[in-house]
This record gives sequence, C-alpha cells and structure tokens, in this order.
Amino acid sequence: MDYAVVTERLVKRFGETTALAGVDLAVTRGTVLGLLGPNGAGKTTAVRVLATLLRPDGGRATIGGYDVVNDAHRVRGLIGMTGQYASVDENLTGAENLLLIGRLVGMPRPDARQRASELLATFELQDAAGRATKTYSGGMRRRLDLAASLVGRPEILFLDEPTTGLDPRARLGLWQQVRELVSDGVTVLLTTQYLEEADTLADNIAVIDRGSVIASGTPAELKARTGAQSLAVRPQESADLPAVRTVVAELARTEPKVEGQTVSASVTDPTLLPEVVRRLDDAGVVNAELALRHASLNEVFLSLTGHPAEEDETDADDTKRPRAEQGVSP
Amino acid sequence: MSATREVGRTTGPARPTLLEGLAQTRSLAWRTLVQIRHNPWELGDFSFQPIMFVLLFTYVFGGAISGSTGEYLTFALPGIIVMNMLFVTMYVGMGLNTDLTKGVFDRLRSLPIARWAPMAGRITADLVKQAWSILLLLGIGLILGFRVGTSWLHVLGAFLLVLVFALAFSWVSVLVGIVAKDPEQVQLFGFTALFPITFVSNVFVPAETMPGWLQAIVEANPVSILSDAARGLMVGGPVAEPVTYSLLWAAGIMAVFAPMSMWAFRRRV
Repeated sequence: MDYAVVTERLVKRFGETTALAGVDLAVTRGTVLGLLGPNGAGKTTAVRVLATLLRPDGGRATIGGYDVVNDAHRVRGLIGMTGQYASVDENLTGAENLLLIGRLVGMPRPDARQRASELLATFELQDAAGRATKTYSGGMRRRLDLAASLVGRPEILFLDEPTTGLDPRARLGLWQQVRELVSDGVTVLLTTQYLEEADTLADNIAVIDRGSVIASGTPAELKARTGAQSLAVRPQESADLPAVRTVVAELARTEPKVEGQTVSASVTDPTLLPEVVRRLDDAGVVNAELALRHASLNEVFLSLTGHPAEEDETDADDTKRPRAEQGVSP
Repeated sequence: MSATREVGRTTGPARPTLLEGLAQTRSLAWRTLVQIRHNPWELGDFSFQPIMFVLLFTYVFGGAISGSTGEYLTFALPGIIVMNMLFVTMYVGMGLNTDLTKGVFDRLRSLPIARWAPMAGRITADLVKQAWSILLLLGIGLILGFRVGTSWLHVLGAFLLVLVFALAFSWVSVLVGIVAKDPEQVQLFGFTALFPITFVSNVFVPAETMPGWLQAIVEANPVSILSDAARGLMVGGPVAEPVTYSLLWAAGIMAVFAPMSMWAFRRRV
C-alpha cells in the first residue's frame, strides 16, 4: 500500500499534559483521512507535528516517505496546511497574500501572479482580490486560507477544522472544493469535530480521544463495529404514539426515545423488524415511517468514548481562538 | 480544479540555499512594507511622531535650554534621531507578535523556506523604516536650522551607526514581541521602558546640568553614548570613543538578546 502519511507511536507532551499518547495513523495516497475527536483530543497537535511545526517527543512520522524531524524542509515542500491557526496576513490583499506565498515557494514573479489569479478565480475571490483580507467575511477568509495552502501545489493537504464557524452554505461549498482536490489526486488529512463532515468527506476515519486513536476504519465499518442499529417508527396518527412506544419498548428491551412524532430505540438484532411490523399491524397502527438504520457517527462516538463528541463545543471554541475575531492591529 | 494540480513535484534539496533564503527575506520584507499601503496611519506613526518631537522640543524647550532654537536643534537633533530609532524598533516586536497571535507565523513556518527568513524579513523591513525616518528627521532638521558641523561623509557614518544599533536593538523588540500576549503589550512596553531610558540621557539636555548621581546614570546610558557618537559625527566633537562604545553596546545587546529571543521563540511555538 502506498501511504502518504504514516505515524508510529507518536508522542507529544506539553509539561504535565500528554497531548499525543502514541498515535498510529496511515493515510493512503489520494484518500481522505478524517481525524475525528472532541476538542482537546489531540487532533490539532497531531496536525502541527505532521506539518513540522512541533517536534514530537517520541515515535516518528513520515510524509511522502520523509521524516518530519530529520527531513523537515522536504516535508514542507510536499504539504499544504490550512486551519484555524495557519492564517493569512490581514493587512495584505487576497492577491498579495497568494503572490507572497508563490514567491516564497520559489516561483518567478509572473508565475506567482498567474497562480494567484488562477486560485482567486477557482475560489471565487476575484472581486475581492484587491481588498485587504481583514475586510473579508468568515467564508471568504476560509476560502483564501485554502487557496493559500494550495499555491505550491501540495501533494498532501492538512485541513484543521476547516469549516468550524462557517454557515451551512459556505460549509457545503468548501466540502465541494475538497472533493475536487481529492479527485485531482491530493491526499487530505482532515480534523473535525463534526461527525457529519467526517462521514461526508472521509474515506477512512480515525477516532481520537485523549491523545490516542481509539477506533479506525471506514465510516460504514465504524458504524457496524459498534453493533448498534437504530429503529425508528413514526405513526401517522399521533394518538398512536403511546401504543408504538409500548411495542418498541417491549421488543427492544430498552426505554425508547420520543422525538416529535418519532419513536426510536437502539437495537442489536436486525430480525426484530418483521416482529415490530406484525405487532404494530395487530394494534392497528398505520406507520408513516418505519426504518432500521446504522447508528450515526454521533452514537458511535458515544459508545466508543463514553461521552458525546460535541460536548463543550462552544466553550472550547472560545478559548481556542481568543483573538481571531479581534480587529485591526498595527 | 484541474488547474490546481499538475505533474507531481520533484522533491528538492534537504535545505534551502543561502541565496534562496535571501530571496525569501526580500519577499517577506516586501510584505511588511506593502502593508503600509493598507494601513497608512502606520506611516504617520513613524513619520509624524518624530516630526512632532523635533518641533516640540525645538520651539517649546529650545529657547530656554540653549537660548536659540537653531542652536538647540544642532545639539538635540542627533539625540532625537537616536530616540526615534529606539521607538521605531518596537514595530518589529509588534509585527512579530501580530504574526504569532494571528497564525501567520505558523503558515510561514509550514512553507519550505529558510527558518531565519521570516525574522530577517521583518528586521530588513524595519531597517528600511528606520532609514526613512532618519532621513526625514535630518531633512526637517535642516529646514529648521540644523547645521552639519562636520562633513556629509561623517553624517553618512552617523546614519550607518544608528542603523547598526537599530539592528542590534531590534532583538530586544523581537524578545518582547515573542513574550507579549498581544501587540498592545508590546506597545505598552515601548512606552513604559523606552521613555525613561531615552529621557534619562543627554538627548535633550546636556548631562552637566543634572545632579551628580543622575549624571552617572546618564553617562552610562547607551542612549547617551550613541547620541554622543551621532553628535560627534554630525556636529563635531569627540568621535572615536563614543563610536567604539556604541558598537560595543550594540554587540553586547545582540549577544544577549538574540539567543534569548531564539530560546523564547522555541518555548512559544
């Protein structure tokens, strides 16, 4: 197998805190690995080590076959990075930011200009190309961030929570752009705390919690692995809700959840479905919806870690980006 | 997005060459200077402030201190140039701190560029700003009655000496920029530390007019020594000793603060 990113027992400590407690990852060339975990799990630390911004305290990591410590310069030539912390210069225009990076990675001035306008067009930023980026909206900033990480045509792209704080429309747009990059052969390592994002974009997912990978596989494998499937029943008449509830509780042997008109419960036995149908039919209940689904990644995460994935999300967001939203500085 | 990717890149050498590093330094210096276009008030900051100092001291205090404004200006201008140089170095720290807190520095460090290029780019840009404000002060001074007492070659020497000192003192600013939490803290340091250092010197008033204990401090202050050197080169008087001591001070500051900055930098990132 041809791996673009490999880590072996990667360890990183900050004083007393162990941010990475021996992380093993392998990303096949041309695929997307979703690094999924709550805030403080170690996702950003992992990306910073891989992007040569932090030296690991133990284990090793290679990018495109090059060691991130001993061959850092070559690694930097292969990667692009975008995220909450790797930012563009707010006092430069969008075009100037891209031009600067082009020049820095060794392009002659005309090539750098050409590349900048190419990327500005791709990310629909032509109209704002001449404006200082501090005037950009959040979505425009993220698009420019992504464009900036692509100037040097990286083979491997690190996206650290690329859509945190974006509105749904901007998020969909960014997802589409990531998909196009992958179809062009770029390998992507994506960190996210949005399960939906990992589910949509990633070929493989590594679930990380407290500095360790606690599960990995394709999204489908992960869902299947926890065994749980979700039974959902929605009666046509809301008067039937109590009856549905009784039947589901009896057969699933757990207390079902009632959300709006839908009664749902976690089940492990797929042969339960015909029995449910029969019993409801006997009770004269007409169903608007009756389904047995794989658990969502959210449920998977809960069953793997014992705590929900998106707890304290807003709190952590505030501490993580203390100044990102502040105004102009000198 | 087919345009974003072409043939697989061949991997380059293990580290950038010196020449590449210098080209990257130039690009990064350009970046710092082109910012001024979007932040015109910054230009005002390092242009109007020195002009204001010259006007203020020449016309408010000059008469009382020296009897005539032209005479006072001839005494004070070299020192004002030194004082202004110290304040302008604070831009290195403020800019560096902004880069660190906003994440620009991380982006730069993830690029295949020389490790020293971002710092060198900032300091180079700072030297351009320094040169601009020294020339500006000199020009205003000449208009208001400053007279060169030596030769233009000597004045060029003073110009270069002040730039060398700026280069060394930039490292103090770099350290503050790394340690400070935000750019405002850097600015605060600039005011609270630099004001006493520059005023407890012979920039505005000759040391002889001060009480004995203060004279000792003033004469030991590198700001005084550098001002003496600049005065000697631009107006006349002893040159060899103050220039030598100025260069020694510059070397000493650099020797202490450059390694400390590097150490603080490694701790921060």
